[in-house]
Amino acid sequence: MKDSFINRKYVIMAIVVLATLGLLVRLFIIQVIRNSYRLSADNNVLRYVTQYPARGLIYDRTGKLIVYNQAAYDLMVIPAQTSKIDTTGFCDILGISNDLFRKQMKAAINYSRRAPSVFLKQVSDETYARFQEKMFLYPGFYVQPRTLRKYSKPVAAHVLGYVSEVDDGVTRKDPYYKPGDYIGKSGIEEAYEKQLRGRRGVKIFLVDVYSRIKGSFEGGKKDTLAVQGTNIVSSIDLDLQEYGELLMQNKKGSIVAIEPKTGEVLSLISAPDYDPALLVGRVRSENFAKLQSDSVLQPLFNRALMASYPPGSTFKPINGLIGLQEGVITPETLFECHRGYLFVACHDHPSPLNIVGAIGNSCNAYFCQTYRRVLENPAYNTIGDAYDKWREYLSEFGFGNKLGTDFVNELRGFIPTTDYFDKYYGKNRWKALTVISMAIGQGEVGTTPLQMANMTAAIANRGYFYTPHIVKSVGEGHNIDKRFTTKHIINIDTANFEKIISGMEQAVNSGTAASVKLKDIIICGKTGTAQNPHGANHSVFIAFAPKDDPKIAIAVYVENAGFGATYAAPVASLMIEKYLKGSITNKAMEKRILDMNLEGSNSEAER
Amino acid sequence: MGWINIYAAVYNEDHPGLLDFSQRYGKQFLWIIASIILAIFIAIIDNRFYFFFAWFIYGFCMLLLILVVIFGKEINGAKSWFEFGSISLQPSELAKFGTALALASYLNNRRQDLTRLSVIGPAFAIILFPAMLTMLQPDTGSAIVFFSLFIVLFREGMSPYIFVSGLLMILLFFLTLLSNILYLSIALIIVAAILVWFTTKKWKLAIAGTLLFAVIAGIIYLFDHYVIKSIGNEMVVFISLILSGALYSIYIYNKRAASVLIIFLFLLGSIIFVNSFNYAFNNVLPQHQKDRINILLGFKTDPHGTGYNVNQSIISVGSGGFGGKGFLQGTQTKFKFVPKQSSDFIFCTVGEEWGFMGSFVVIGIYLSLLLRLIFLAERQRSDFARIYGYSVVSILFTHIFLNIGMAIGLVPVIGIPLPFLSYGGSSLWGFTILVFIFLRLDASRTEYLI
Repeated sequence: MKDSFINRKYVIMAIVVLATLGLLVRLFIIQVIRNSYRLSADNNVLRYVTQYPARGLIYDRTGKLIVYNQAAYDLMVIPAQTSKIDTTGFCDILGISNDLFRKQMKAAINYSRRAPSVFLKQVSDETYARFQEKMFLYPGFYVQPRTLRKYSKPVAAHVLGYVSEVDDGVTRKDPYYKPGDYIGKSGIEEAYEKQLRGRRGVKIFLVDVYSRIKGSFEGGKKDTLAVQGTNIVSSIDLDLQEYGELLMQNKKGSIVAIEPKTGEVLSLISAPDYDPALLVGRVRSENFAKLQSDSVLQPLFNRALMASYPPGSTFKPINGLIGLQEGVITPETLFECHRGYLFVACHDHPSPLNIVGAIGNSCNAYFCQTYRRVLENPAYNTIGDAYDKWREYLSEFGFGNKLGTDFVNELRGFIPTTDYFDKYYGKNRWKALTVISMAIGQGEVGTTPLQMANMTAAIANRGYFYTPHIVKSVGEGHNIDKRFTTKHIINIDTANFEKIISGMEQAVNSGTAASVKLKDIIICGKTGTAQNPHGANHSVFIAFAPKDDPKIAIAVYVENAGFGATYAAPVASLMIEKYLKGSITNKAMEKRILDMNLEGSNSEAER
Repeated sequence: MGWINIYAAVYNEDHPGLLDFSQRYGKQFLWIIASIILAIFIAIIDNRFYFFFAWFIYGFCMLLLILVVIFGKEINGAKSWFEFGSISLQPSELAKFGTALALASYLNNRRQDLTRLSVIGPAFAIILFPAMLTMLQPDTGSAIVFFSLFIVLFREGMSPYIFVSGLLMILLFFLTLLSNILYLSIALIIVAAILVWFTTKKWKLAIAGTLLFAVIAGIIYLFDHYVIKSIGNEMVVFISLILSGALYSIYIYNKRAASVLIIFLFLLGSIIFVNSFNYAFNNVLPQHQKDRINILLGFKTDPHGTGYNVNQSIISVGSGGFGGKGFLQGTQTKFKFVPKQSSDFIFCTVGEEWGFMGSFVVIGIYLSLLLRLIFLAERQRSDFARIYGYSVVSILFTHIFLNIGMAIGLVPVIGIPLPFLSYGGSSLWGFTILVFIFLRLDASRTEYLI
């Protein structure tokens, strides 16, 4: 039988072959030519689980632990893996309301059904323990360990700073941080964030379509371990810090103590302050808002670094030093004082006085005349040049500028320039007498407690200082930044310092602050009363001790407390004795300070 | 001929690592054993049995198809399965070879007449009846497989014009999806006018016809716009076309211009087809089928919804690269990112674990199987055996092309298994019976059936 359609078999074969070729071409395109599919497959199947390192610990200078870590547990949920659970029982274990459960569950589902999200942050140990027993009842929930800060004592909040979740600005700028990560804010936590944070690790898991972990990727070869953060030894003396905060209770003000030989900050107190534990964990945001909104006490405001006060009479030693160095006065120069000089009043004291006596008795007349001589020095053509020279000495001490410490926030303070006066009074329209109040640390000048403590350290060292810093060492064998081991030398002769120091010694032994002298430690100090346009004057005192081998230089500010000798000097004296001796002899004075409550008194520092 | 068997066996053992070890592998192994027994059984039975009982088998299968629509168990929205204890049976898989037998039996010795409508009609009916029944389940994939038997009709002498018009219908089908019906209608009218011009060589006639239509359409449009406000633009085109056609027919009658008449009828047919298809697509077709077609054409991207299957499937095949990830190393398939990977998306495993090389080999083996079957079919003495052989080729080809094409995103997702590779007893049995009956017929090709 003849088959007239036999040739049609070729058409069919052609169709079959062409269709097959079509499949192969398409396969070649997606399998060999395009690479994006492999990436998509990896995205599907690989789950990167971050291994959070523990943050570095912080010790005080004597090796006492200040900040360490406590375990916290984030309760995570993968909505797709959850099944119908006994919601009431679940909420009972966690101590949350049904509403919160629904809210969190909805948020998690909105984020992703298959990816884990945080259901409940920082569950407590006890809750975690209770939950762990029943965890098998609640598929889709698991616990991720995190670490939180814990403090050995409720002190040094301003020094340490705190840790909080990163905000969006940071995550956008720095790819290291992901939303939900923690970052140091203010204090040591912020300044040494890079060292403290350690290095995150990552574990790569293979997951199936239900996000169930099926094993590690390539046997864990590509996993990295978390590296714990570097430990930091702070220069803080925890006992001194604690004692200082105790003395400053119920007061506003600030104490900064520095070890003159090294520039290490021994304690830095800003009162009122807060318990650093308030800013940890789930209560953080609530407490932070509370602290921030307290506009009366301003516990978050770090006065030691951020408050600018007129230094008052504590400015006299530096003016004396400049006068001596410039040669406008000599140690033998005597000035008479008749309860004041021109319009600047003074108090009763022997007259006339040399530089030592003038410091000891805090004679306004002496320093007004000295300052006038400094500015009217014939060695300079104009008062502007003389003023600039004076200002140069001040900036050598670190005034009018940031000191460059390892604190994140630091105020420059204010020492007016000639331009400032030219603008204010008009060029050549101002004279020494116009600005005479700066002779006694009043007027335009503004300094921070830290700057005053640094000046005191420079005097104690007889002419040099190291930039104050709060960290003694970072990790093992990691030295601190070079800028903290660079000596800043002041162009004033040591002999001139000795005269000023003698005056400061006299001030504590027989002068304005005689009430706070110690039996076997020679304290050199200077009282001050910072005029406060908003209310009662601030009590200021600077001091260092012992005289011949200074171990501590201190600046004390007590706001609205009046004369320096009354409040700031006893505080400084107690601090010095506590630091050098470890115990207090003058219990009555200690009690008086502790009982004193000035928190309610009016006004605040200028800022 | 044993190689087909080995081929089936080897690739079925591909399964175990990839899926549930205990259940599916075990079951599938039983199915393989059963299908080997079945194959032996088929080989023992006299070849004439199939010839004589073709209609009986066809009838039985049709009965099953009717019963399954009524009593079947619904899985994934289709009533395609009978369930006997833990074993489910899909009658549409068996109906394929039943239909093939019936078609071969019907066309045996009648093939020369396939140009005649009276012969084509029942042949169509044999194919369309099971296709309609599977559509009712609904199981579009299997229905399409029945349509593939038209390839057999083509081989046996059916006019290629039927094929061409079928292809034109498919073209119009896609154009309807791609564009607005109104524009499509206007385009069709312009094409028709150009065709008139070419066939009659009278451009005035074409222009006049078009203008006539335009004027009538304009009047009806204005009438609709200001008076009735309800019939819609598509209807306007349709009515105008009939009215202008009526005027035109005067010319056609006078000139006896048959070609113009044919063109006009084609135009009318196309527009009716386009409109009715558009209506069917929007109102009759279930949503998931619409989505699948839309996703294939790129109208919709929805990686986590309907397109998820295709997307994940392409990702897993594509991630295989040239050499593949290695046996049991496929992460996509092992961790179940690809749904239905043991049945409809089995090719993903091949693509991901063996890469382009493996896919090439598998497709190559399929191709040689198909070509070998065509060769075998052509050497048959009896028409019955040859026609049946071509049926086997058509059915296998459709399965292979659609299944692999679906896995790599060439064709819409149509749930049909890949012969001898996919999990599923019914389909394995179906293919075994399909192929082995042909081999049985081939073994006794020298004998006469009657």
